[in-house]
Amino acid sequence: MFQYLIRRLLWAGVLFIAVTMVTYVIFFLVPASPARLAAGKTATPERVEEVEKFLGLDDPIYIQYGNFLKRLVIDRSLGHSFTNRRSVNEEIFRAAPITATLVFGGIILVLLVAIPLGIFSALKPHSLLDRAAMTYVLIGISLPSFWIGLVLAYLIGFKAQLTPIAGYCEVFTVPEAATCGGVGQWAYHMLLPWLTLAIVVAGTYVRFVRAEVMETMNQDYVRTARAKGAPERQVMRSHILRNAMLPVVTIIGMDIGILLGGSIFIETVFGLPGLGRTAYESIQNFDLPTLQGVVIFGAIAIILFTLIVDLMYAWIDPRIRLS
Amino acid sequence: MAPLLQVNDLRTQFRTDDGLLQAVDGVSFNVEPSQVLGIVGESGCGKSVTCLTIMGLNDKRNTESSGEVLFRGEDLLKASPKRLREVRGNEIAMIFQDPMTSLNPVHTVGKQLSEAVILHRDVSRKEARARALELLEAVRIPRAERRIDDYPHQFSGGMRQRVMIAMALINSPDLLIADEPTTALDVTTQAQILELLKQLQKDFGTAIIMITHDLGVVAETCDDVVVMYSAKVAEHADVDEIFERPQHPYTWGLMGSLPRLEVVVDRLQQIPGQPPSLLNPPNGCRFHPRCPYTMAVCKEKVPVLTKVPGDVFHEQACHLDPATKEREAAKLLAAVTGVGA
Repeated sequence: MFQYLIRRLLWAGVLFIAVTMVTYVIFFLVPASPARLAAGKTATPERVEEVEKFLGLDDPIYIQYGNFLKRLVIDRSLGHSFTNRRSVNEEIFRAAPITATLVFGGIILVLLVAIPLGIFSALKPHSLLDRAAMTYVLIGISLPSFWIGLVLAYLIGFKAQLTPIAGYCEVFTVPEAATCGGVGQWAYHMLLPWLTLAIVVAGTYVRFVRAEVMETMNQDYVRTARAKGAPERQVMRSHILRNAMLPVVTIIGMDIGILLGGSIFIETVFGLPGLGRTAYESIQNFDLPTLQGVVIFGAIAIILFTLIVDLMYAWIDPRIRLS
Repeated sequence: MAPLLQVNDLRTQFRTDDGLLQAVDGVSFNVEPSQVLGIVGESGCGKSVTCLTIMGLNDKRNTESSGEVLFRGEDLLKASPKRLREVRGNEIAMIFQDPMTSLNPVHTVGKQLSEAVILHRDVSRKEARARALELLEAVRIPRAERRIDDYPHQFSGGMRQRVMIAMALINSPDLLIADEPTTALDVTTQAQILELLKQLQKDFGTAIIMITHDLGVVAETCDDVVVMYSAKVAEHADVDEIFERPQHPYTWGLMGSLPRLEVVVDRLQQIPGQPPSLLNPPNGCRFHPRCPYTMAVCKEKVPVLTKVPGDVFHEQACHLDPATKEREAAKLLAAVTGVGA
């Protein structure tokens, strides 16, 4: 177990280096000058050069990368934004909880929809409900999240006026200039983003749960359970679902990791100041330190949740625990 | 004494994409209390489906059954799902072919055994566990008190089948259906499991329906034998009788394909051809395309199960005349036992 953890952490280190390096390389391949952007439109060439020196952009790329690593390891700092000099650490810590609430709320909604729908579809394949569910799956998988987000904002937010169209409310530290605040307002503003995320993600899960349940239903041990005289409800709960959910747990864990790295489209559509929006803005402004911060956070989230899934798997599947 | 189980003219058909499949076609037999009945036949002859129908375990969405399954006089085909659940695992229990896949991998064997008790008895978890332990010891699992909390994957195939047997017998059922209980096991383990079943059958007084394709298993364990071919009963007799006076060419074929230690043969006899498709069975006697004795009548008329003259119970369904049968049976017996060969 301990050895396993060490191995996983070493792999995480390798992954970290790879991810940050790729971000650096891509960033420097883009023909743009962050210094010029940072210096402003009216800056003289001398001024731009000065800014370049100040930001360290005149060094060769490997030196810059080395400096970045040194700063990260020794000062535990992701550096400062090119555009507004704010600490990237602070920016990530501000934005991450917003993305996290979007992701976890959305995933809970996904499970609430996908598990029952998947089970019913599996129990009555080719029924009306199953066909409807499969149509929905197709829609959920095919349509992009920003389109669904915009349509929901238009229909539910604008036409029906049931929810806000966009915007975010702080729960605890409400700024003075804010128009709203508190848990109720926060949840009210998160409704549409959650719904959008759920619609986009749940499709795959309905399909997945359906397939897993159908496969598990035909297992010999399910017949054994019936031969014991177990009622259908118990057969479903204790024998089918307990087994069918094993692979679902894996996918959820990985999806949470990926989504935490930034749900750029949903956050942009609904104006949520989370990691996705931070990433989007930092790309537009060629703000490498901030972008790098989001990428690192995303990588850590994925590594962490894959690890959590692996540990959980060992807990829920005895075959893995003991071998 | 009234029979424990009376199966009368049982028919089961499946709706498949290719049409109706008649998996059991007019099967009848009785099981007396504490009797061991063997059902023998090739794969796909309907022996497993017969037993799944008795248990009410076929998928109701695509299965239809008719006839009667009288268990102590009560027709199980007409019983409510609730009543069937009471019967299953309590009065009639079943063990399956493949012990590797028949136990749930995520629960300990103790939990799976206790579940069977709790479903039918008003007992505490502790009492159920005690009963589970008792049964694990009865099926001779070494260090049962420690192994009760192990998971199925920690057991070998033979041990898992012992667990399955323990689970089936845990509520002391009157009837145990064993669907090829030794097929998936290696030969030495097979012998142990059969020995165990025989012993437990004596101890518990349980009647057993033993489904198998192995005549050796039949000879060792059964009192009566039903030979099934293509969803129908070909021959039904007392076990000694069927080995001494087999009447059906299909039974001869099965016996001819048994390996014998004491007789030197170049090749084992085999029944030529494949079992017929149940979607589109041949006319007349279903065995006629593979039968070496086929006559014109076999292709047209379905043979009915008739009593063989004699003191011992014996029924067969073949058009061949009795004289030929006696002669061929004697020839076959001489060949397989080596007497007069």
